[in-house]
Amino acid sequence: MADEEEEIILSDLDDAELVEQMMDDLYDGLKDEITEGVNILLERGWAPYRILTEALVAGMTIVGKDFRDGILFVPEVLLAANAMKAGMSILKPLLAETGAPTIGRMVIGTVKGDIHDIGQNLVTMMMEGAGFEVKNIGINNPLENFIEAAGEFDADILGMSALLTTTMPYMKVVIDAMKEQGIRDDYIVLVGGAPLNEEFGRAIGADAYCRDAAVAVETAKEFMARRHNRVSA
Amino acid sequence: MTDALSRMLSTRDWILADGATGTTLFNMGLSSGDSPELWNVDAPDNIRALYRGPVEAGSDLFLTNTFGGNAARLKLHDAQDRVAELNRVGAEIGREIADAAGRTVVVAGSMGPTGEVMAPLGTLTYATAVQMFEEQAAGLKAGGVDVLWIETISAPEEYRAAAEAAGRVGLPYCGTMSFDTAGRTMMGTTSVDMVKMVGKLDPAPLAFGANCGTGASDLLRTVLGFAEAGATRPIIAKGNAGIPKYVEGHIHYDGTPEVMADYAALARDCGATIIGGCCGTTPEHLRAMREALETRPRGDAPSLDRIVAALGGFSSATDGTTDDGPKRERRGRRRGAGAG
Repeated sequence: MADEEEEIILSDLDDAELVEQMMDDLYDGLKDEITEGVNILLERGWAPYRILTEALVAGMTIVGKDFRDGILFVPEVLLAANAMKAGMSILKPLLAETGAPTIGRMVIGTVKGDIHDIGQNLVTMMMEGAGFEVKNIGINNPLENFIEAAGEFDADILGMSALLTTTMPYMKVVIDAMKEQGIRDDYIVLVGGAPLNEEFGRAIGADAYCRDAAVAVETAKEFMARRHNRVSA
Repeated sequence: MTDALSRMLSTRDWILADGATGTTLFNMGLSSGDSPELWNVDAPDNIRALYRGPVEAGSDLFLTNTFGGNAARLKLHDAQDRVAELNRVGAEIGREIADAAGRTVVVAGSMGPTGEVMAPLGTLTYATAVQMFEEQAAGLKAGGVDVLWIETISAPEEYRAAAEAAGRVGLPYCGTMSFDTAGRTMMGTTSVDMVKMVGKLDPAPLAFGANCGTGASDLLRTVLGFAEAGATRPIIAKGNAGIPKYVEGHIHYDGTPEVMADYAALARDCGATIIGGCCGTTPEHLRAMREALETRPRGDAPSLDRIVAALGGFSSATDGTTDDGPKRERRGRRRGAGAG
């Protein structure tokens, strides 16, 4: 841009400066700069998992916090998520090769009748960024979709999203069906969406309500840690 | 000034709008996830009952059951080819109920968001959005609505697209946004931003304002913001009856009729002219709101503290219209590029 005060040559920065700059660039949603930064760190011998956690996830954590605090809004977060995605597309195949640790597996989707997938797309990005494997089954899912996908994907976590007061009760329909089939406790069920609240989450039998993508990641980590403790106990 | 709402606005200093559509239909047995608009054709008696609720409770204006009646939303139910029909029938039933009321009741054709993200962030172009809204607006016009009612919008471009569609079909319109994220819309629009945006629209809305969002107190803070920003057009306040709770298989909003009566009187004191409820607002609430508007004296604009005392706390410390909100210190070395 014309009013740029300082041209930044990413490859001239040392590792610490570069990572800091990448976090800034992620915040500003600069996709090309993130791609370049990831490639430079790879050339410098950084492990893909280290780039993911120290640059991308750390950067997205700030974005998530500022979204939660009402400093950033959906447009900025979508731009940041796109930049993150660009970095992830380089790292993902490498992570698979190097056997980087997966924290858990999640299926996420918008419930039947609901088209609003901004929230769940953000959650998907943030969860992947945090080291989860996520299968995003998109919008307008009847209960069969959730249950089949969770089974096929061998998910630990089932996430449901709804933006409308007319669709949010459907979350309970899904949870009730899982109970009937005796599979409710096989999954950590997380719910989210603008009209929901904690009490609603409890009342329909979800494990937790997550008010935004950053909280979803924290909550998912917490539940996975508890689950591991339980299994090993 | 030929339309019913303009006439009403010229003779009245407050107008009672309606309450909830979606949550009311659930209580009549609509299954969650199903399209409420299909009931216009499949269960018209339920829609008659839906419309009669606010009319019998004293509302001067009610919205048609067509919130999700655009092609993008109806596609979920494989009904994208029925936009014209479902909107027309939803409006016709509204006309029938309003005309039988024995007094002037305005039928407002509800147009909710497409649910898609507008380009360049998303895939929905402005032109396509206008086209979708125009298709819906034409159906509503054919069914005889008095005015179009754009609601629950988050993105300014989407509001503009719907406004342009209203202009194309030649109907007056009102339009509200949902301020549900730290006092702003999901897309970051503040009350002040909306006043500026609305001021530039051609055609201009008959009235503009806020609906849904979070609680009733947040909504009134937004209305205060409109008034302080120097809004010249009538302001609409359609807040939720408290927050949603799940009780015995139904969504129940925790705001009582008494609370909503306080809300209605406060909304008028904040500067709103068209006052109604949104999710969870039943005819019982509307009756209490009508009584409050008729019997309580008009007061000065309340302080934020008074709103909190009457209706409960805000969901965020500020609403983005002042400089004392949360901030992030930026290093900002790449200044030209970002928000800095």
